[in-house]
Amino acid sequence: MAETRFTVNGEARMVDMDPDTPLLWVLREQLKLTGTKFGCGISQCGACTIHVDGVPVRSCSTPLAAAAGAALTTIEGVAAEDGTRHAVQEAWIEHQVPQCGYCQSGQIMSAVALLRDNPNPTDADIDAAMSGNICRCGAYGRIRDAIKTAARA
Amino acid sequence: MGKWTRRGFIAAGLVGGGVLAVGVGIREGHRAPKLAGMMTEDGETLVNVWVKLAPDNTITAIVPHSEMGQGVFTSMTQMLADEMDADWQTVTFEQAPAHEAYANYPLGREFLMGDTKVPGFVQDSLNGGFLRIAQSMGLQITGGSTAVRFTGMGGMRIAGAAAREMIVKAAAKSWDVPSSELRTANSYVHHDASGRSEPYASFAEQAAKYAPPTQPKLKTPDDYKLMGKSLPRFDIPAKTDGTAEFGIDVDLPDMKYAAVMGPPVLGAEVVSVDDTYARDMPGVIKVMNKGSFVAVVADGYWQAENAVRQLDVAWSETGTETLNQSDIFAMLKTAMDDAGDKGKKDVAIGNVRKASEDAARVYEAEYSVPFLAHAAMEPINATAWVRDGKVDLWSGLQNPLAVRDEIAGATGAKKADVTVHNVFLGGGFGRRSNPDYPLMAVEIAKEFEHPIKMIWSREQDTQQDWYRPASVSRFRAGLDENGMPVSWDNLFTQKHDPPEASHIPYKIDNQLIHYAHVDHHVRFGPWRSVDHTQHGFFIESFIDELADQAGMDGYAYRRKLLEHSPRYLTVLDAAAKAANWGRAVPEGRGLGIALVDSFGTVVAQVVEVDVTGPEPKVVHVWCTADPGYAMNPDGFIAQIESGIIYGLTAALYGNITIEAGAVAQSNFHDYPMLRMNEAPGISVEIINSGAKVGGGGEPGTPPIAPALANAVFAATGVRVRSQPIANFKEGLT
Repeated sequence: MAETRFTVNGEARMVDMDPDTPLLWVLREQLKLTGTKFGCGISQCGACTIHVDGVPVRSCSTPLAAAAGAALTTIEGVAAEDGTRHAVQEAWIEHQVPQCGYCQSGQIMSAVALLRDNPNPTDADIDAAMSGNICRCGAYGRIRDAIKTAARA
Repeated sequence: MGKWTRRGFIAAGLVGGGVLAVGVGIREGHRAPKLAGMMTEDGETLVNVWVKLAPDNTITAIVPHSEMGQGVFTSMTQMLADEMDADWQTVTFEQAPAHEAYANYPLGREFLMGDTKVPGFVQDSLNGGFLRIAQSMGLQITGGSTAVRFTGMGGMRIAGAAAREMIVKAAAKSWDVPSSELRTANSYVHHDASGRSEPYASFAEQAAKYAPPTQPKLKTPDDYKLMGKSLPRFDIPAKTDGTAEFGIDVDLPDMKYAAVMGPPVLGAEVVSVDDTYARDMPGVIKVMNKGSFVAVVADGYWQAENAVRQLDVAWSETGTETLNQSDIFAMLKTAMDDAGDKGKKDVAIGNVRKASEDAARVYEAEYSVPFLAHAAMEPINATAWVRDGKVDLWSGLQNPLAVRDEIAGATGAKKADVTVHNVFLGGGFGRRSNPDYPLMAVEIAKEFEHPIKMIWSREQDTQQDWYRPASVSRFRAGLDENGMPVSWDNLFTQKHDPPEASHIPYKIDNQLIHYAHVDHHVRFGPWRSVDHTQHGFFIESFIDELADQAGMDGYAYRRKLLEHSPRYLTVLDAAAKAANWGRAVPEGRGLGIALVDSFGTVVAQVVEVDVTGPEPKVVHVWCTADPGYAMNPDGFIAQIESGIIYGLTAALYGNITIEAGAVAQSNFHDYPMLRMNEAPGISVEIINSGAKVGGGGEPGTPPIAPALANAVFAATGVRVRSQPIANFKEGLT
């Protein structure tokens, strides 16, 4: 056990846990931020994607120790503080992207990071940024369209 | 509107047991009071069990289905609200609790299953004890693409119309005017002659005193205000900000976490568990031998999972430890050899033996498909709390009522003391119709005072599934001198559901469709579109072979065999036209077409494939679907798109193999999924033909594999007769 300090969605947090614990379970079970999902545990599906210091990472395979002093952003922190949805969230609703919705937190985190770094992504850019996120409902076409809509917003 | 007339529809609904009474409605005198206690808050009046009308004039539809991405909360509510002339802005829904009154199985039985006592797609996954319960009590199933076409058409619409009529009747009495002078709109009753207008709620109390009308007047499409509109889904905003609650997200006071391990060889039992190392690992509370599985309960899931992987478990021998994939296929083929021309009969028309003897020539081929897992994104999980003789269960379930009854049976608790809390499903696809996992959670939790959340690893999810069966299909067609079929002899293995999945849409005068069945230890589960997933591939690939034998292209050949069915022809023609069938394609590309009628919806797809890379890449899919009438067109299109990607993933990559009795695959690295960079463009066209309303969740899946295989043939001249298709070049020399 060790005390680890970091911020989540702008809020300072401290947890006293095994530093090997994957961030996914720290967020979900310790901090009760259940929007970040467990899908595979081995960085294959992207359902657990969060941002660590702005970089999208797979929280299922990122140990707590790696978060020491870092700024984490989860799906719960994507909207503005006043609750205004992010352009990506708006586009997700406009295009009626989610079906079961389970992968969508991870999809949105990947898309937000993509658009921040590349405001006008090509199809190839979208492929490169989004192919780590599996959607079993097959919403890929709508995700692609929604990213383009968000890029224009 | 063809068969979908008011008379025909109401006859089906009422004659078959009474619409509001079948599984859902008010049977005068007894169900309503009991339900009122369960479903109403203070001051609300229960009009009938499908709909609530509150004093503030808001309307709540009670939806007896599970939301697993198909938009069922919205489509069901939409159908009810339209018939009720409700104000969509103030209409909402609640998911029905697991309760007999909401059982939707009778609707399915009346309209779909005919004399079948329990829907077949559920039957195989349930044990005998449950079947008896099911027969006496009904089920509450989401599966079989049934929601819109049965619950919606036979329940929600009639309930909405009945509620409206009761309110109008109450208003007429209150205002002392004839009902015929009243009109309704946006949850208000208007009497234009006197200028009076009142919200529905003003008449709710009086309306509730009436017996529901037995033949409420339903709208025709010209009068639809909400049906046929792409209304945004209720559940989507919460699925963009992390607030949607899935089973895995349930959080309870003092909850602990369980990880489990089932037998690598399905069916084996625990002989011994060595927990020397695991029991002292951090956070571990208890190691449990549950006979058919082992579990570790810990303070956190990660701790539990780490510990369960350190257990040394000896499993019993079942006699299947030496069985490999090739052995299972050999068993299937031996059963077919033994059946010869005397398999169990599915279809027998004309005289196949004589016709094939008289045919100019006979053409044969054999096809196969492998086992498939469901691989829903949300790994299997359930949370149980057992205390004071009561059981609470939280999980994403396709059949919550059956789970409640199973839990009561397994624990000895009274049914009334078992509460099932059904939450969002992170994918179902048939997997979550099986009650195995909630029962496991209860088995673990009954040893604790506090709630237990059981989560399966992805590896367990892959290896402890109920699988789409591996199966083999043999065809023998007698052809005339022009290459047109005069006889169709199809022998296949592993028949489940729906029963018509092996039937062909084509007019062939002599048909023998028969099957053999092999029992083996790889347990069967319904997998999106169930038997259609394999038969679509078998039939639509073989018919393409026959086209080639006749020297015709697949589209023209099918047209000739579908002249008897304008509906099929219309759908086929539309898909071919959308794809610009017959155009020249670049070297290394090909077009393939397929048509499958499943769950009441006719779907044709054209695939354009590019085979210049190491694996075939689908460039685009043109799809035309005729569901009779699409209640929520964008929602329907989303389902078709989803079905295509789900089926394409399976066709390209899906391959669960058995090695030494066990499932060899474990996670997405060796059971790969289609990803963004491989996803084709998809164009979906809807034809509202007015035929009886069909399903949406499954019909998109069956045609994609054969359309792809046929496109690969067009591009390469190589006929793909097995899957996964990504490997087709391995067979080339």
